[in-house]
Order: sequence, then C-alpha cells, then structure tokens
Amino acid sequence: MVPMVEVPVPKEKWSGKVGTVALGASTADDGERKVLSIGGETGMPFLSYEGLGNRQLIAGEVVDDTSELIEVAVRPFGDAVNDPAAWAKRWVEEFGADLVCLRLRSTNPEGKDAPPEDAAQTVLKVLAAVDVPVIVYGCGHEEKDARTMEAVSNACAKVRLLLGQAEENAYKTISAAAMSNHHALIAFSNLDINLAKQMNILLSDFGVKAENIVMDPLMAGLGMGLEYSYSVNERIRMAALMGDRMLQVPMLCDVTSAWEAREASEENATWGDVVERGKWWEAATGLAALVSGADLLIVRSPLAAMVLQDAISNLRGGK
Amino acid sequence: MPTAIEIFKLLPKKNCGKCNFPTCLAFAMQLASSKAKLADCPYVTEEAKAKLEASSAPPIRLITIGAGENKVEIGDETELYRHDKKFFHATRYAIAISDQASDREVSVKLRRAADLRFERVGQILALDMLAVRNDSRDPATFAEMVKRVSRESALPLILMSQDPEAVRAAASATNLSRPLIYAATFENIEGMAAAAKELKYPLAVRHDDLNGLADLVEKVKAAGVEDIVLDLGAEDLQQTLERNTIVRKNAIRKTFRGLGYPILTNVIGRERGMAMALISTMKYGGIVLMEDLDPAHAVPLFVLRQNIYTDPQVPIQVKAGLYPINNPDKDSPILFTVNFSLTYFTVAGDIEKSRMPAWLLVVDTEGLSVLTAFSAGKLTSETVAEALRSTEAMAKSGKGLLIIPGMLSRMSGKLQEATGLKVIVGPKESSGIPKLLRSL
Ligand code: SF4
Repeated sequence: MVPMVEVPVPKEKWSGKVGTVALGASTADDGERKVLSIGGETGMPFLSYEGLGNRQLIAGEVVDDTSELIEVAVRPFGDAVNDPAAWAKRWVEEFGADLVCLRLRSTNPEGKDAPPEDAAQTVLKVLAAVDVPVIVYGCGHEEKDARTMEAVSNACAKVRLLLGQAEENAYKTISAAAMSNHHALIAFSNLDINLAKQMNILLSDFGVKAENIVMDPLMAGLGMGLEYSYSVNERIRMAALMGDRMLQVPMLCDVTSAWEAREASEENATWGDVVERGKWWEAATGLAALVSGADLLIVRSPLAAMVLQDAISNLRGGK
Repeated sequence: MPTAIEIFKLLPKKNCGKCNFPTCLAFAMQLASSKAKLADCPYVTEEAKAKLEASSAPPIRLITIGAGENKVEIGDETELYRHDKKFFHATRYAIAISDQASDREVSVKLRRAADLRFERVGQILALDMLAVRNDSRDPATFAEMVKRVSRESALPLILMSQDPEAVRAAASATNLSRPLIYAATFENIEGMAAAAKELKYPLAVRHDDLNGLADLVEKVKAAGVEDIVLDLGAEDLQQTLERNTIVRKNAIRKTFRGLGYPILTNVIGRERGMAMALISTMKYGGIVLMEDLDPAHAVPLFVLRQNIYTDPQVPIQVKAGLYPINNPDKDSPILFTVNFSLTYFTVAGDIEKSRMPAWLLVVDTEGLSVLTAFSAGKLTSETVAEALRSTEAMAKSGKGLLIIPGMLSRMSGKLQEATGLKVIVGPKESSGIPKLLRSL
C-alpha cells in the first residue's frame, strides 16, 4: 500500500567535518604495514544520512609487565601475556584487532624501571610481529615517559606510530620526537571540552600538524563517570561539526577504564557469570564511546573487542 | 509551549478587548506564560484552537503503564542531548513469558524477574515490566497466563498478542491496571484500536517503515486512542540508532508531529539483542522488550541506564561515611574525599589499586567536587572534623594520620588544629595515592 504521510529525515546541515589521521606505514617504511585512516565524519555518530566517515577502529591492549593484569579480562590470551609480541599477534590474528596498543609499564620507576632503550626494543619486536599500526604509551610517570617515548620514537622512525601521550604539562619532548619522526600524537585532556581544545591549540602552536593529532578527552568507564565522558564527547563532536577547527580532530577513547569498576571483574553470585559480565561491562563502555563520537577504541578484553567489532560494522550498515 | 508571537499569528487581530486585554498581542503574551485561557477570546477560530492545542502539547506524549508505585512512565522528553538539560524518563526493561511456558518455566522467570534488583550509589536498579506472549494463539490460554502473572508479580504488564480477542479475554479474566497492548499492525489495526479504546489501555503500534508507521498512528488516533507507544521494527543496531534518532528529532524539533510518542525496542529473537538494548538505552528508547535477561547482562545494562539518565546538573552522590578499603584496621591511615560520586569512585579505585588498607572518609559536600566544594565553603576544616567525629573514625584508626586531597594543602594547618591528627597533604591527582600509601 502507498503510505499517506512522508516522515522527513532530519538531516543537519553541518558546516564542519572531522579531520582524518592516517596510521601505520610511513613513506620510509618497507611497504609491508597496513595504513589505516580514522576520522572524516560529516555528521553525528553513525547517522548514515549525515555522513559516516572512516570506519571506527579497535586497538587491542598489550602490556609489557604482567604484574597488574586483571586476569578475567585477558584470560583468552593464556601464556601469551608474558610476551608482548606473541600477545600482539594473537590480538591481530585471532581477535580481529585493527591496531595494537602497547603500554610500556615495565619502564615505571616505581616498578621494574626498565631503561627506555629496552622498552624501544620491545616496541620493535611488536612491530615485527604484526603488520597493523601500533599505539605506544609509557607508564604514566611524567619524567620517565618523556625519555621513554623519545627513545621509542627515534627507534621506530620507519613506521608511523601513534604516541601516547601529550598532556598540558608534559608535551614538548614527546611532540618534538613525534615531529622529527613523523609520528602521530595523542592529545590527552581531562574530561573537559575546553581543555581538549586547549591541548590541540598547544600542540598546533608547538608545530604539530592537525593530521598528526588524535585527541583523548578521557573516557570514564561504565559506572565510573561514563555519563560525563559521553556528554563531553558529544559536545566535542558537535563543536567540530559546527566548524570549530581546533576540535576537528579524530577522537580516541581508552575503554579499558571499564575495568576500574568492581562490577567488571569481581565474583558475585547475584551479578551472574563474571566473564560474561566483564565482557559486556567493557563492551557497554565501548558502545557509549562509539555512539558519542569515538573514532578509535583501546580495548582490553578480546571478547569485548569482538562484540565491538561486530557492533561497528552493524552500526555502519555493514560498511 | 508556543511563543507569544506564534500565538499572536493565530489570533483574530481584532484588538477588541473582549478577552480583558487591550490587544491581541497583550493576550498572546499572557497565553504564552499560561496566565490566560484561549477560551476567553470569543472570536478565535476552530482551526487556530486546534493548532494551538497541538503546539502546546508536549513534543513527546507522556505514557503511563500500570498503576501505583510500580507504574512506568515514558515519553515527555524535551532534549536530543543530555547535556542540553537532561533526559527525563529512563528506559524501562521488560522480559517476556510465553503463555505456553510450563508451570516451572513460569516460576523460574518470575523468580528471576524479582531477583533482578541491585543497589548502586543509593539507587535501586531493577527490572520494570513483564510481558506475556500469546504464543498459543488461544485467547483463553493467554488470559489464564496473564491472570497468573498479574497475581504473582506486581510489575506492569505488556500484553503481547496479534489478536484483539485475546487482549479482551485477558482483560475480562482479571483486573489489570493499564497494561500496554503490543501491538497494532496493519493486519489487526481496527480490532486492536477498538479494544484499546474500550479498555482504556495504552497501545503499541508496530511497523518497520516510518511512513507506514505514521499512517498507522493516524488511524489509531482516528479510532480514539491517544496513548500510543511506537515500535519502529528495528532489526539491528543501525536501524535502532537511526530510526530512534529520526523519530526523536522530528518530535523535538517539531519537523514532524505525527510520531510524538515514546519508543519501544523489541529485541526478542534479534542476533544483537544485548547491544540493541544498550544502544536504545543511550538513544531515546522508552521500553526495551527482551526474551530474558541474565544478571550478567542486567548489571551493565542497568548501570548504563543509570549513567545516561543522571541529571547533568545534579551529580549522583555517594553516602557520606567512613568506608573501609582493603580491610583496614587500627594501624591504617584515614584519607578524606567528597561525596561527588566520580571523585569517590576514582579515589576509592586508586586506594584499592594500592592494595594498602585504609579508611576513606567521605564528607558530605552535596555532591560537589573537591575544589568547588572548597570554594563554596562546603568543605572546611570544621566540616571535616565533624565528619571524623560523627563516623567515630578515630576509634577505628589509631594511627593519627589524616591524608587530605592535594588541592586542599591550604587547609592543612587548620585541620591539624581542629582534629589533633597529623595531616599529610596527598597528591593533586588521585592516581598518585598508591605511591603515597606505599611510602607511609
Ligand atoms: S478578544 Fe480575541 S480578538 Fe479581541 S483583543 Fe482579545 S484576542 Fe484579540
């Protein structure tokens, strides 16, 4: 039958668009590594009638120090967690990660205090094991990270890494290294659209080009302030679409924050099976990140990663 | 509510004063602020009346299902983004019971429904509704099952049937309080609309094409049913997100008024049911209808709803008090923080990570963060000292150490005086807590 009424599709006329960042191979590379681009959206997340942009990607988390792992989250990797290269390989080959995110926790001065040169060797091993783009973080210790990331960047000049992370009070060393080695850079800010913008301005004033910046406005996990991140992300995306150039940068959300909630990993009979619950705890955090504007997720549980990969394809109508 | 100018355009512009205001414009301004009634103008046309009534109706109709303390209210939303104000009526979750289920199966489901109840930051998170599904296609069997479920559970009901006779049979078998009929389609619209009107039950209308759905809704309204819920027939995540967004945005922006009703997402039999439930919770779903809900899924789903429907202006507060973390004893230090939930969770999480036993004193700052509470005078050496007293913290920790947030270093002198404890200024970022605790 012929419908009597026509329901309009309320498509917004946005003037701006999210920029794109390419990760993976660089011109100096041997050409073996995949190049993946993120960003490029011309509408709010997953509204195909406004413009989807590049596919949202998933980076699987690998840590080079097993002392603080949450066992239930990484259980499917078995012994591979003792070898970052093997761990990375399993992420890519078995669990469909688009990228690998390597955290050099071994460099922590309060832990193993591994020297930057050793950490850089670990990065090279991971790069040799997989053909996908790689994100590298230090240990979260400001002074040490500056030295570690400089060493990593210099050791991997052939590949286009994504380096974490530039912060308001610690961005110069890492930015300089990224610029000289043509690496992309994560601009971190703490749950505030103005700080996110400020961080992008600081980097661009320092000389980092927009095509090399991915911003991380801090994704709080489910039950741990997720709603703040959800709204900050939405506001960032809207500002970008309305033409704020300093926010037209692809967004990274580290959804491993989900594991900070005790519901994600604590055994409790009334809460159901912990494996299933943990998977969905991180997957729900990931979905909230995606729906609010994330271009790139860092994920810990391969079970959650598989849910999210499928959800991304499905949200994009199979594209 | 329409603006004074919008109203003015619809008035006769006679400026005759019969409404007791000197001009039509003056009258329009009073109307806009609800200080006058349209009926006071004798010349206003029927057409203008209808238009004004339509434009002063809420963009999305409020629908009530059930009655009493368990009743469910959905709709009456005004925002597209929670940061613009807030989302008002949280997504409600329902699970289904087949009218062909065995006695045991029914008991198990009812037990489960009652058990899906958790407390988190002082709020109860629970399953909201039960649906009874007419798999038997037999009105009498359906009526029996509805009767049983309504006897054994106080949750509002959804009557899932294609058959108006089954709905009527259920209604006459037992005394139901405003169950939702699910659903009217092109196949059964006349019978369903008639049953809904007669029984005064809200009616769900289902169609997988929005134009057709709008058509159906018009027919249902023409039959005299006003309380309508929409099932957009979404089968996957993209359809859930896009259709929900189109319907919500059209209603709120008033670009199309025919679908100004709350949305029901039926995930029964869908491959990505849990993900659909999560997406619908974030994106404008009023009800999510599921076959079943495992607690391992319910906990993340309910917490997501709690997060999304938190009023951005009124942060969730944690109960003030003294919280033991990592089994503290007399030798463990006291740390204090505010009752802003995000701060509490971060600090508590970082103490847990340190694996060092400690007492965490949560001071009531009306949900304000450390710096805001301090600037607003709600976090002073006196309020902290009072919190220490009222929780008898010193009887539990004999160590004589109080660790304060790094941003409150200015308070340390006064606090030392007021409490007699040795004050240690903690890190500015909570992430530094493990290091500090290990160094004590
Ligand atoms: S009674 Fe009606 S026409 Fe007369 S002034 Fe009032 S609004 Fe205008």
